[in-house]
Amino acid sequence: MDWYIILAATIKIVVFVFLVTLPLVAMSVWAERRVSAAIQDRVGPNRVGPAGLLQPVADGIKFLLKEDFTPNHVRKSFYWLAPALTMIPSLLTCAVIPFGSQLFGEKMVIADLDVGPLFVFAVASLTVYGIVLAGWASNSKYPFLGSVRSTSQMISYEISLGLSIVPLLMIYGELNLGRIVMEQAQNGWALLPLWGEGLSFRGWLLAIPLFISFIVFTTSMFAETNRLPFDLPECETELVAGYHTEYSSMKFALFFLGEYAAMIIGSGLAVTLFFGGWSLPFGWLTPESLDAEVPFWHGLIHIGVFFAKVILFIIFFIAVRWTLPRFRYDQLMKLGWVVFFELALANVILTALLLMWLK
Amino acid sequence: MAIVVKRPKLKWYEQLYLPALAKGLRVTMGHFFKLLSGKTKVTMQYPEEKWDANLPDYYRGAPALVTDEQQRERCVACQLCEFICPPRAITIKPEEIPSEDKWAKVEKRPKTFDINMIRCIYCGLCEEVCPEQAIYLRKDYAITGTSREEMIHDKQKLYEIGGVREGLVNKWNELK
Repeated sequence: MDWYIILAATIKIVVFVFLVTLPLVAMSVWAERRVSAAIQDRVGPNRVGPAGLLQPVADGIKFLLKEDFTPNHVRKSFYWLAPALTMIPSLLTCAVIPFGSQLFGEKMVIADLDVGPLFVFAVASLTVYGIVLAGWASNSKYPFLGSVRSTSQMISYEISLGLSIVPLLMIYGELNLGRIVMEQAQNGWALLPLWGEGLSFRGWLLAIPLFISFIVFTTSMFAETNRLPFDLPECETELVAGYHTEYSSMKFALFFLGEYAAMIIGSGLAVTLFFGGWSLPFGWLTPESLDAEVPFWHGLIHIGVFFAKVILFIIFFIAVRWTLPRFRYDQLMKLGWVVFFELALANVILTALLLMWLK
Repeated sequence: MAIVVKRPKLKWYEQLYLPALAKGLRVTMGHFFKLLSGKTKVTMQYPEEKWDANLPDYYRGAPALVTDEQQRERCVACQLCEFICPPRAITIKPEEIPSEDKWAKVEKRPKTFDINMIRCIYCGLCEEVCPEQAIYLRKDYAITGTSREEMIHDKQKLYEIGGVREGLVNKWNELK
């Protein structure tokens, strides 16, 4: 029995992390370049493969073949450790995200933890160590400044990120991401309560704090993943390239991929929490309960729906990046500490009051 | 004198940034979908699409020598083009046309005629100065090679690009 569980987990890890998420990371780099090109009335990479779809492969080969240069003035051990420390936590968070309902009676989540979002935040906040180490070990001023900025930014926004989903957890009374998705599949998505028990006065009223927490969550997610409009750690106009200035070849690629992996996991978490994860709208093809048998093709559709939602969210990420200019650093900190922290806190109280009133 | 820049006072909904984001997204997504639907004209995809059919008559491409309708080379090796060429791309070695030749009355012809296409700046002065209308700028613009030697167009290559031009100068006609 044990070997069966281990085998199933291994297959899920290999397929979900290495065969789906990592290629998705590569493809989102391609999508970023093509979408930004389309937004700016350009063409973008279209030479390698059909419509440039093999561009990530070419990029990967380039990264592998470039000289991996370690400058003399760096602290070698930390310098080597830092890229791994940014990449690995991003991939570790894949573990708790339910990317489908069931397939062959097996739950489509690598680790069905009862502390899903907490695990994600706990592990995702480790990425900051990679950035701190990169900036410090590089032993030069621009990476140092970049990493200082990044650290303070990530620590500030972690608070509002964590607080923003508290209302959601209060409403569902649940920390298991799989059960949260199931609840949304049956009773309307958090932001679209149009069926089941969600289609009621209570559902619509509770959608207000959920919408606020969605905005706080998404914005904090932008800040967490160092994306524009909050990409101050690597703003090339002031800091050359921020914390990865001294890095080259595959080590730079690891930072780069780590950023995109964090973006994908962030999208996955947002989709899971606010847009009903793998579920179709209006409760179509929803299994009766978490343990009910799901037909083979339903399971496949659910996986497809999850990734379709994630891809849409990534395109939203990209579109925002090419729409907004960068915030100034004091504006960024003010937004985090004065606006979002209070807003998230007030939202928790508002939800508590609403829940008390509706009981 | 220092100018005091007036900072606009933002209304409460402007401070939310969200309306601005929506506005911005409308602009960017407008461009995005316009491009996807093919309404926006973007760069020509050069090696696949070319402008060759639309090049104007006055287009200045590679200079080339032409022959007239009697297969005679028009160039009389006067070397005016060689002297006027600003980057000194043209090198001509003239020779006398032997008296038994059909065109002996022309007296001179180029023995070698080299244009160094690395030096050529496509100014068209050679075409302008030529009294015999023997050198023309054609529409070839993609002159490439893998060595310096390849980039020097010799007489044979120049006639290959130039081809035959009829009419214009008739002073060396058999009739005259």
